[in-house]
Amino acid sequence: MTDSAAAKRRPGPVGRLLIGVALLGALLTLVVPLAAIFAFALREGLGVYFANILEPNTVHAIWLTGLTALVVLPINIGFGICAAWAVTRFRFPGRQVLITLIDIPFSVSPIVAGVAYLFLYGAQGLLGPALQGAGIQLMFTVFAIILVSLFVTAPFVARELIPLMQQQGSEDEEAALSLGANGWQMFRYVTLPNIRWALVYGAVLCNARVMGEFGAVSVVSGAIRGRTNTLPLQISLLFNDFNIAGAFAAASTLALLAVVTLVLKSALEASGWR
Amino acid sequence: MASRRRDKHLLPGFGLTLGVTMTYLGIIVLLPILAMLLKTGALGWEQFWRIATAPRTLAAYRITFGSAAIATLFNGAFGLLLAWVLVRYEFPGRRLLDALVDLPFALPTAVAGLTLVTLFSANGWYGQLLEPLGLAVNYTQAGIVVAMTFTSIPFVVRTVQPVLEDLEGDLEEAAWTLGASRLQVFTRVIWPTILPAFITGCVLSFARSLGEFGAVVFIAGNLPGLTEIVSLLIYIRLDEYNYPAAAALASILLGVAFLTLLATNLLQGWQLRYVERRK
Repeated sequence: MTDSAAAKRRPGPVGRLLIGVALLGALLTLVVPLAAIFAFALREGLGVYFANILEPNTVHAIWLTGLTALVVLPINIGFGICAAWAVTRFRFPGRQVLITLIDIPFSVSPIVAGVAYLFLYGAQGLLGPALQGAGIQLMFTVFAIILVSLFVTAPFVARELIPLMQQQGSEDEEAALSLGANGWQMFRYVTLPNIRWALVYGAVLCNARVMGEFGAVSVVSGAIRGRTNTLPLQISLLFNDFNIAGAFAAASTLALLAVVTLVLKSALEASGWR
Repeated sequence: MASRRRDKHLLPGFGLTLGVTMTYLGIIVLLPILAMLLKTGALGWEQFWRIATAPRTLAAYRITFGSAAIATLFNGAFGLLLAWVLVRYEFPGRRLLDALVDLPFALPTAVAGLTLVTLFSANGWYGQLLEPLGLAVNYTQAGIVVAMTFTSIPFVVRTVQPVLEDLEGDLEEAAWTLGASRLQVFTRVIWPTILPAFITGCVLSFARSLGEFGAVVFIAGNLPGLTEIVSLLIYIRLDEYNYPAAAALASILLGVAFLTLLATNLLQGWQLRYVERRK
């Protein structure tokens, strides 16, 4: 959030009290938990920490999480651009309904998303028997993890682009067309530069969610060690094995991702497009 | 808006982008939801009602809604305070605080759950302070509230903050000059303006808490009737291969999600009208 016209002032006595309470609250609810992750991960020294991270199942979980993000991110960026273009550049019946539909995954509990996929592709699901007949197993494989991740993070890029493109209007693009640009040139040289920061912003948030998704993935993955265990599931498995140091080592990689996400987010917001 | 009157096919890509959007939404979002609703529909009303009103189900709903309400109450107050302080005052660490508010969105819920359960364990940083007072958080409903609170901190801050920033200073100054007290300025000028945003933030926060799973399962202990939330009950029913119950419970949660989506849409409309009227 950028600084606004609303004048910020030096706090008086009441202000100082409010700031003190807010900072104390933030310390207890945000700073301490974040610091605790790294403190617990490194408690037994760097050697143990790296041994925990390099444990084969954890390495595999990191790889699987990265792979999922690598597939999901480009698809949902593509979807976000298409959806934003369709609903901000054209008026058509049902447009408002479509905007609401895009938001559905945001309000649905991740567990519900997982259950929904189970009842579509699982053995007892709508398409399950047909898939089984064709010898295709989707549930409890990497494909299922990718599919629910696509569901859960579908709106992230779109919802950053829609308000921005709405506000920008289509004058620039119309000018490019009237100057003889074709559709691709218009998109590449006019639209894309206009939306690039919002696009990066949405992608950063989308990536954080893909890599951290737990509920939906835990329903459809089967959580098979060394095969369909993503990083959040691996953390849960290690915790249930009472391997707290291992769990925190795995968690620290995701916490680092969260810190990077916050830094990128602040940097993008400070760049002033929002 | 001028674009409303323009020929809608002036710009290229209408068919392509709308086609891609609808196909993708259909396959990735709507088809699975439809499959789940069909499964629930196949149950018949009587069986659905039996599942929905079973004592264990009702207990899970009571715990989930109750905990979410307490978490939302806390986050309403804390979020309002954070938004106020961030917008109104200049102080060292303000930018850092602003960035840190989003931590619960950036941090995976499993990591949050793992960290909270460790902090509140008997010998954890927080647990060892609370235990002598007889306050147990882990494996009690308090743990559920803590987990839900952490994961939904940013909602109220991020909905109220922009409205507070846009609040015109002259309005407040006018109230000052007319002799309003500090409290009057807040209750008569500021509060009515931020109220729609505040309620929207609370609804979003409540909805998120209802659906929260990752953070809660680590800290709740998951005792049926005591610390079992709806999402977890669904998960357990799946584990027991009791698919009808899982479908029914998930459909109810989906219904609640649609209601909150509807509520936030209506609230945003209210907020927009409010802003227009003031201009």
